[in-house]
Amino acid sequence: MTVTTRRLFRSAIYLLFTLINVAALYFAMQYEFIAAVQIVVYVGGIIVLILFSLFLTQQAGVDLPVPSLGRVVFASSLAFFGFVLLFTIARLGFSGSETGELSGSLEMNTLGKQMLSFDRFGYVLPFEVVSILLLAAMIGAIAIAFRTKKDA
Amino acid sequence: MPEIPFEHILFVSFVLFFTGVYGFFTRRNMITMLMSVELMLNAVNINMLVFNKYLFPAQLEGVFFTLFIITIAAAEASVAIAIIINIYRKFKTIDANDVDSLKF
Repeated sequence: MTVTTRRLFRSAIYLLFTLINVAALYFAMQYEFIAAVQIVVYVGGIIVLILFSLFLTQQAGVDLPVPSLGRVVFASSLAFFGFVLLFTIARLGFSGSETGELSGSLEMNTLGKQMLSFDRFGYVLPFEVVSILLLAAMIGAIAIAFRTKKDA
Repeated sequence: MPEIPFEHILFVSFVLFFTGVYGFFTRRNMITMLMSVELMLNAVNINMLVFNKYLFPAQLEGVFFTLFIITIAAAEASVAIAIIINIYRKFKTIDANDVDSLKF
């Protein structure tokens, strides 16, 4: 319904419910930390940003125009055939290393240690790269938003 | 709590991804296109976590990829919304078909 309703605010609220449901799915998979991050970042951050920009750029109560028929046919056929393709691939089954029992809840301790370790499965380099990326995104957003008309 | 079967979560993720694809190709409003991209990223996150949990439960690769994807999605959304607001100031619209001049 996020993609079919013609009212933008309702669309954003449907997206909000979808994201909360995804977080609930993470809880069901016993990834509590990921679920918390999902709620904080998406529900608390991105939805608020999207709603804010909707209020800035949209006149309230104006419906979106109905998309053209050719585009609807193209998009729905693309989505349908892609779905069928992936579904048949998924039906073939996966052969993973199903070694060991499902390790219950994810330990925050191991997660943090592996995030900052220099060992073989350590993730300290992507961590640093992501921090640089966040800084660049912040500076870029400020630079884009503060650009005035005369120096553009 | 009973375990959810592997294929069911994959099914949810497929539905979410192709809902995002459909929305991305039908909508022309930039903010709704951004919302569709968020849907697709969420589907990818679900896939990462479900493969990590059911196929390789001893390692944590999927968890880390999910964390980094969430981070990058936040950065991308902030920059995209800054660009959209700037475009709205210039063009008075955020329809992707009407914004057709690269240099202004």
